[in-house]
Amino acid sequence: MRNPLSKTIVTIQPSGIRKFFDIVSEMDDAISLGVGEPDFDTPWHIRDEGIYSLEKGRTFYTSNAGLKELKEEIAKYLYRNYDLSYDPGHEILVTVGGSEAIDIAMRAMLDPGDEVLIPQPSYVSYLPCAVLANGTPVIIELKEEDEFRLTAEELEAAITPKTKLLVLPFPNNPTGAIMEKKDLEEIAEVIEKHDLFVLSDEIYSALTYQEEHVSIASLPGMKERTIVINGFSKSHAMTGWRLGYACGPELIIKQMLKIHQYAIMCAPTTSQYAAVDALKNGDEDVKNMREEYNGRRRYLLHRFEEMGLQCFEPYGAFYMFPCIKEFGMSSDEFATGLLRAKKVAVVPGTAFGDCGEGFLRISYAYSLDNLKEALDRIEEYIEELREKNQ
Amino acid sequence: MREKILTFIEKNSRIDIKELAIVLGVDEATILNELADMEREHIICGYHTLINWDKAGVEKVSALIEVRVTPQRGMGFDKVAERIYNYPEVNSVYLISGSFDLMVTLEGKTLREVSQFVSDKLSTLDYVLSTKTNFILKKYKDHGTVMTEWKKDERILMTP
Repeated sequence: MRNPLSKTIVTIQPSGIRKFFDIVSEMDDAISLGVGEPDFDTPWHIRDEGIYSLEKGRTFYTSNAGLKELKEEIAKYLYRNYDLSYDPGHEILVTVGGSEAIDIAMRAMLDPGDEVLIPQPSYVSYLPCAVLANGTPVIIELKEEDEFRLTAEELEAAITPKTKLLVLPFPNNPTGAIMEKKDLEEIAEVIEKHDLFVLSDEIYSALTYQEEHVSIASLPGMKERTIVINGFSKSHAMTGWRLGYACGPELIIKQMLKIHQYAIMCAPTTSQYAAVDALKNGDEDVKNMREEYNGRRRYLLHRFEEMGLQCFEPYGAFYMFPCIKEFGMSSDEFATGLLRAKKVAVVPGTAFGDCGEGFLRISYAYSLDNLKEALDRIEEYIEELREKNQ
Repeated sequence: MREKILTFIEKNSRIDIKELAIVLGVDEATILNELADMEREHIICGYHTLINWDKAGVEKVSALIEVRVTPQRGMGFDKVAERIYNYPEVNSVYLISGSFDLMVTLEGKTLREVSQFVSDKLSTLDYVLSTKTNFILKKYKDHGTVMTEWKKDERILMTP
């Protein structure tokens, strides 16, 4: 029999989180801080709207690009929060989560050999999606001393004549890093100079704790070079509804729509109706959840400080990215040891790129009580390590 | 700041002051002062515990009583309300708009005890025109907390 597999797919590594998942799911009383989704339920009024749409028998396809009303609400939401103006008729595409949007944006924009700049540590999908779209991923390693922001120098240094697309994943999973307006202005110059395009994954845009999130597409000259990706998963605690969207120039969205139309047809109808309500009546929920995350963020930061664990202050998403280099162990060793000794699961930084070595991702999408217990155990663990290392 | 403190402790009054200060991003002294002030000003009226007595295996009967009264000259409903809320078995007294005037909730050990209170004490009060007693059969949710079930974290333990 011939090999049934494509040469490309076999080169792609399965997610590094799998191994920990297997261990932790065998343990009864383990506490996991490894979850990348909100701990809140979707606000009831949004769920209610989903139920209502089912009761009404709205179980058909929607138009490929999404419900007209939803696209209009998305346009309003982006305008009132991020000063972005998109035409709901031609510049917005509703997708199955932000993940689909990442995939189809790359497939619509890349030719074989085109280089895609991917800052790391970052979410696990960009690299495989770039490879599957025949692009060549080029990693930019972000540094803790820059608070894991992308600098103009780092960007400039990674650009070759083949570079076409920059992935801009901020607020960032796993580091919690953000890009402020001045940071974006600096890289925007480089982007224009080299005629690049940007895939700006802003799925955590509602969760920033210092100042309002700024979208690179709102800077002069950037809208026509940027695909903005966003969705409902993090802002409205709607991960399981699988609903996101992409906004950008009609020229690109039109081609993305073709892939979406043939591969997906349309995003789930129930989710789309629920999302209309999320955008119309959900601003208060978003604000309340942000407040709650922020309290936990402050708590973790304080605990890390108390136990002398080095961690830069993250201003976005719901992750902390403490440094464990002082213990002379790899991230993987540390996380495995912590799980075995204290039954606390965290994700090694290396799951998000090689430069995550020496760091851990700790999610604070958990109740304060939960975090407290987990942090007590982490504190015990590092005290024991320090004693042993003396 | 007050609103933030109140919003937080309304759900969890047992939180350690030090932790509350960290979570709200202020110093401990600020929290302590605000709490003391708000207690003095009767903004904070108590720190109670929400108990599911059914689960505790303790027999208790709760009733919600609709009371119609004649308001008193110069004192409106306040005087009548005071006469009612002074009974220790009364849990709450609200002035209500609509088809009756006061809503009284109370708790007793037995059905008989509650009925007796209503017929002997409440109905016989001057100015009370009529009462209608509704016994509470099951508490599904109280003080914003669902009493019937605990939610389990069903998320996948590790996700990117």
